[in-house]
Amino acid sequence: MSIVTRGFGGRRDDPGDDVPPGQFVTQDFPVLSTGPTPSVDEAHWQLAVHTETGAAHRWSWDELMSLPAEDVTTDIHCVTHWSKLGTTWRGVSLDTLFADVETSADFVMAHSYGGYTTNVPLQDLLDGQSWVAYEFEGEPLEPVHGGPARLLVPHLYFWKSAKWLRGLVMEDDDQPGFWESNGYHAYGDPWLEQRYS
Amino acid sequence: MDRPAHDAPLDGNAVAGLLGEAFAFETTLALVRCATCGRTDVVARARAHVSAMGAIVRCDGCDAVLLVVVERPDGTLVSTRGAAWLRAPRPADRPY
Amino acid sequence: MTAGATGGWHVATVVGARPLTRSARELTLSVPGLEASSPGQHLDVRLTAPDGYQATRAYSLAATGQAERADLVVDRVPDGEVSPYLVDVARPGDLMEVRGPLGGYFVWRPGDPGPVLLVAGGSGVVPLLAMLRARRASSSRAPFRLVCSVRGPADAIGREEIDEPTPGVEVHWVFSRESPPGWPTRPRRVADDDLAAPGFTAADGPDVFVCGPTGFVEAAAALLTGLGHAPDRVRTERFGGA
Repeated sequence: MSIVTRGFGGRRDDPGDDVPPGQFVTQDFPVLSTGPTPSVDEAHWQLAVHTETGAAHRWSWDELMSLPAEDVTTDIHCVTHWSKLGTTWRGVSLDTLFADVETSADFVMAHSYGGYTTNVPLQDLLDGQSWVAYEFEGEPLEPVHGGPARLLVPHLYFWKSAKWLRGLVMEDDDQPGFWESNGYHAYGDPWLEQRYS
Repeated sequence: MDRPAHDAPLDGNAVAGLLGEAFAFETTLALVRCATCGRTDVVARARAHVSAMGAIVRCDGCDAVLLVVVERPDGTLVSTRGAAWLRAPRPADRPY
Repeated sequence: MTAGATGGWHVATVVGARPLTRSARELTLSVPGLEASSPGQHLDVRLTAPDGYQATRAYSLAATGQAERADLVVDRVPDGEVSPYLVDVARPGDLMEVRGPLGGYFVWRPGDPGPVLLVAGGSGVVPLLAMLRARRASSSRAPFRLVCSVRGPADAIGREEIDEPTPGVEVHWVFSRESPPGWPTRPRRVADDDLAAPGFTAADGPDVFVCGPTGFVEAAAALLTGLGHAPDRVRTERFGGA
C-alpha cells in the first residue's frame, strides 16, 4: 500500500481519454537504454532483411535515403507509463522495404547495433503500421533516441520500436527478444495493458 | 516505477535496492563471474544501465549482460543468464 | 515486501529541510523501522502522486549511524522529475517512501586505520561527507584527505563544515569553472597534483573512494590508477540525476 506524496505530480500533464489505460502524458522524451549508445556513422550504416531461406536484402544509408519517405504523426506509449502525444517522424515504410521480400515466415526479430533485439509479428509491421524512422520533430534522429535510424511501431509499447536498427530477421516461430526474455510481454499492446508476460 | 533516464552507465551500487528485493545478502559486495569472458568481480564494479524498464548489469571487462532486474507488480525478476555464478559476501565483508 | 537485504519500503516523513547551495538542500526524514546506516550508503526514495504515478531515485546519505532517521542531500537536476520536488517543494510533514540503507561496497568503516583518500565531483561529495562526519564523530585517527571538485564556490555543498579544522583531516578544493576571489589557482579540472599528497600516495596504500557523475569518476579513477593505486583499492560510485 503506497502513501501519497503531497505536491508531487511528476512532470506530467493530466491524461485525457486518448491515452491507453495506466498511461500518463509527458512533454519529455525519456531515454531508456539497455547499454551504451552505439556510435554508427551513416557511411558505415547498413540495414538488412534476412528471410528464412537465407536470402538477404540490404540497404546502405544512401539507398535508404533514396526510397520514398513518409511523414508520420503519432502518439507513442512507453511501458513505463509515459505517453507522448502527436510526435512527428520521417522515415521509410516497412511496406516499401518488404516490397521485394519473399517470405512465408510470420515473425520478425529486430536486431540493433549494440546487440538489442525485440520480436514483432510481421503483420504488425506491414500495411502502414511501421517505419524505419530517421527524423524526429524535423531533425535528424539523435543517437540517444536511436539514430541514425530506428524502427517505429507506434501501436505497440515503445520498446518494440528498436533503436539503432540494423537488421530484421524473419522467424517461423515467435522467439522472445531482449525485454521479452526478461519478464515483458511477447506482444505489448498498450490498449490491452500487455506490459508483462 | 519510473527510474532516471541515463545514457552514461552507472555501476552496481545503483542496483543495490532493486537486487535487495530478490536476494537476502548485500549484493554490491557479492562476487559475480561473467559467463562470457570469465571476469570475476564484485557487483559494485559492474556497469549498470538503470531505466524505468529495469536495470541491466554488464561486465566491466567484455560488456556482456550479466544480470537483468525487472520490478514486476508480482515480484522482482532477476535474470542471471549472463552470470556463471553469483556468490554471497562473507559476513566479514559486511559493513554492519 | 519485507524479505530481502533491503527490508522493503518504509514510510518516511520530512522533519527538516535546510538549503545548502542555490541548487542543493539537506532533507531530514523520520523513518520508523529504518536501520542505522553506514557512511557511504544510500537510500532509494519513492514518490507517489495522488493519481498513483510513482518515481524512484537513489540518494546518498549525508549523515549516518542513527536508526529511524535519514539525512539526504539532494542537488536539483534542472529537467529532473524527483530532485526539483525534493529541493523546491517538499516541506516538513510530507510523506514519501524509502528503501535501504543500501550498499556495502562504497562504505568506510570507522574501525579501519586508514589512510583514506576521498575524491568528490559535485554532489558526489555527499557520501564522502558522511564518511567525514563519521570520522569526526568517532575516535578514529585515520588520516583523511578530501579532494572536492566543484564548478564554483556557490556550488560547494557543506564547504564551511568540510573546512572545519580537524587534526588528521586535510581538505583540498578544486574549482573547475570559477575560482573564489583571491584563490591561488585558475579554474581547472582535477589533476595528478591534487590527488598525490604526502601520506596518501599509492605507496601509502590508502583506501580511495571516488564519487560523482560518471565522466568525473572515470577520469579521476584513471588518474589514480595512473598514479599507481591498485584498482581494487579505488572504490567508485557513479550517480546520474533527475
